[in-house]
Amino acid sequence: MVELILDQFTEAIRQAIARQRPVRIRGSGSKDFYGGAPQGEVLDTTAYRGIIDYAPEELVITARAGTSLVEIEAALAANGQMLPFEPPHFGPRATLGGCVAAGLSGPRRASLGAVRDFVLGVQIMDGNADQLRFGGQVMKNVAGYDVSRLMAGSLGTLGLILDVSLKVLPRPKAEATVQFECDEAQALQKMNRWAGEPLPISATCYHDQVLTLRLSGAETAVQAAQAKLGGQALAAGEDFWRGIREQSANFFRGNAPLWRLSVPSTAALDLPGKCLIEWSGALRWVFTEAEAGVIRAAAEQVHGQGTMFRGTAKPQSVFHPLPKPLMDVHRRMKRAFDPHGIFNLGRMYSDF
Amino acid sequence: MSKSQTLSVEKNKLANQLRAFLPDESVLIEIEDQKPYESDGLTAYRKLPMLTVIPETEAQVQQILRTCHAAGVPVVARGSGTGLSGGALPLENGVLLSLAKFSRILHLDPLARTARVQPGVRNLAISEAAAPHHLYYAPDPSSQIICSIGGNVAENSGGVHCLKYGLTVNNILALRVVTIEGEILEIGATALDSAGYDLLALMTGSEGMLGVITEVTVKLLAKPERAQVLMAGFDDIEKAGAAVAAIISAGIIPAGLEMMDKLAIQAAEDFVHAGYPLEAAAILLCELDGTNEEVSEEIKRVHDILQSSGSTSLRTASDDAERLKLWAGRKAAFPAVGRLAPDYYCMDGTIPRKRLAEVLARIRDFSQHYGLRVANVFHAGDGNLHPLILYDANKPGEMARAEAFGAKILELSVEVGGTITGEHGVGVEKIDQMCVQFQPKELTLFHALKAAWDEQGLLNPGKAVPTLHRCAEYGAMHVHQGQVRFPGIPRF
Repeated sequence: MVELILDQFTEAIRQAIARQRPVRIRGSGSKDFYGGAPQGEVLDTTAYRGIIDYAPEELVITARAGTSLVEIEAALAANGQMLPFEPPHFGPRATLGGCVAAGLSGPRRASLGAVRDFVLGVQIMDGNADQLRFGGQVMKNVAGYDVSRLMAGSLGTLGLILDVSLKVLPRPKAEATVQFECDEAQALQKMNRWAGEPLPISATCYHDQVLTLRLSGAETAVQAAQAKLGGQALAAGEDFWRGIREQSANFFRGNAPLWRLSVPSTAALDLPGKCLIEWSGALRWVFTEAEAGVIRAAAEQVHGQGTMFRGTAKPQSVFHPLPKPLMDVHRRMKRAFDPHGIFNLGRMYSDF
Repeated sequence: MSKSQTLSVEKNKLANQLRAFLPDESVLIEIEDQKPYESDGLTAYRKLPMLTVIPETEAQVQQILRTCHAAGVPVVARGSGTGLSGGALPLENGVLLSLAKFSRILHLDPLARTARVQPGVRNLAISEAAAPHHLYYAPDPSSQIICSIGGNVAENSGGVHCLKYGLTVNNILALRVVTIEGEILEIGATALDSAGYDLLALMTGSEGMLGVITEVTVKLLAKPERAQVLMAGFDDIEKAGAAVAAIISAGIIPAGLEMMDKLAIQAAEDFVHAGYPLEAAAILLCELDGTNEEVSEEIKRVHDILQSSGSTSLRTASDDAERLKLWAGRKAAFPAVGRLAPDYYCMDGTIPRKRLAEVLARIRDFSQHYGLRVANVFHAGDGNLHPLILYDANKPGEMARAEAFGAKILELSVEVGGTITGEHGVGVEKIDQMCVQFQPKELTLFHALKAAWDEQGLLNPGKAVPTLHRCAEYGAMHVHQGQVRFPGIPRF
């Protein structure tokens, strides 16, 4: 069965090469909105599914690209573990392949790391329809270039991800959410200062004069931190963070384009529109009608970058434009993986 | 003209070109001046470079690389030269580029918890500079008092705290890199995410094959409030392995989790008198860190787990002095084992932990088959196994047997789903075993990636990735006692 699906993938890629037609790799389509407009015939990965190996005491799970995140998270939860990077699903059938290809991480990112930090190994099908394996199921591995992590966030432009091995972590024994009233400058100061102290902070969010923190860890550690920091406890903490991760919170209801700005955590950013801050200040969500150029100039001024995350009228480049020498390296790397130029054209940058 | 004459003409020509923009003392051409650069931490391999350059500025690095690129001369970059796999081994027809003068911490931002440093800055110097702010840089390779951060990035260095805090790749934010064509690339950002491919991950551990690093921005972490260590002895190594699995299954991620087998225990105890149980078949050292409350809670739980896992002795360090003493034995394991035989050969495979008992049993079989003793030191938390094969290079045939033994262990690591190198890198040492771990098409992709950065293959050629041609022979690293380059620094 599994072999049959792989044969179909191989055939689809060979056909694409022969006809010089692009292929659009797609899981459930939960992130169709993200990146440049997809082109080409859909190569559906959802049939290639299932957890291949999961050893809780090894802290490693390996699953096929089409496996749903829901299935993976349920298997982990049954063993008291989790995906440490808390990925947004953006849809009920979001797949592991899509999660790694999009490279998006959730609220826990600033404290535990991003998708790329937990990718240990991958099997891919490259642009010649060859199956290649990189990395493995072990945590320390420095043999060869780190192609596995390179797949995270590559938006399917380098190859078809077949399976992925991820490092997982135990779920915290206890969690609590607390809120403080303050202005943005105070919030940035507090988030950064506290991140530099031995406190069990696992997520931060600031919006509309309210700073929200999540504390995670041993029960006694969470209680001690709560006593030290004060603030108002929020009973529905889990719902709150789900709303931020999945963008179902009220803030994310808006018609203006939604920009995602990645900036140094202490940066003061001055942009028109409503803003929500995560990751101790390193991630800013802004709804704004301002021109892409204006937004990116503001981001660059503080050594940051801007992505147009959601919006109907997309700018010429959804992702922050790269300086020429860096773009040249990208083009050459794309050719190394995908010499015929068939995978997810235009999804990341317009010319590859 | 003979080959050496041609080389000497080339050398003089290149030296003159380099002296046009470098001060005379930054271009070394004499044998005695270049002697310190003939090898790195893998001293079994030595080679004098054609010439050595010691630039001071990024602009000089750019010009050096442009000059070498134009002349088609290979370049090997070097930090402190502590690497264990020969990654910085010079080429006799190449330039050795020392980054020793890039030793400044450029900026430390305590609020944003970042430090921007030059590549020649020592790993430990970063933590020392961050200490007044109660911050530190997490990866702590055993050579941290001397190894440079640029070399750490090139090798993706680990340490004993990887399980909880990650490797170099998880603890850096940005790099400035000069390509072989002399272009400057800014990779990553002081922010957490940046646009495009994750070139930061690709560069980390690329062993100087893709570019020369001129600046590194690292993440700094809050110093844990408290750290405490437990030591447990076992009469059976399998029980020790099961205890490791039980700790992790209980949802505890120790800051350090180390295992030593009987021979390693005896050697270490004899050497530093750490108070290890000599009768034990294996010991576990488990360090927990975090907030005061967290450590108290976890120490109790780990204590219970170790007790019910059949440990024959159990000790919790009562203060920092005792904690450091328990670690001292582990940290002295390499030199301690080095006293048992004239030579030892250090392996660096990583295996899935659940296969530990089986792997150790097979290593015992190999040990009998080859008639050579082996001591095992294990980063048990993350599966990184360092078997130390004891031999005497002066006895005919022993070195060859040690090599064959080592190759078997690396092949076994791959066979059980692991890797030939967990943290020491491939370099020249394990280049042949790469052929066991990777298929020809995977190696071909590595070469294509290399060409995307360095079309002529001038940066550190011959290291890390074997040509398909080469994939027939096997080589190995040998440490001859007394020839270890930095005998004074710990190795674990």
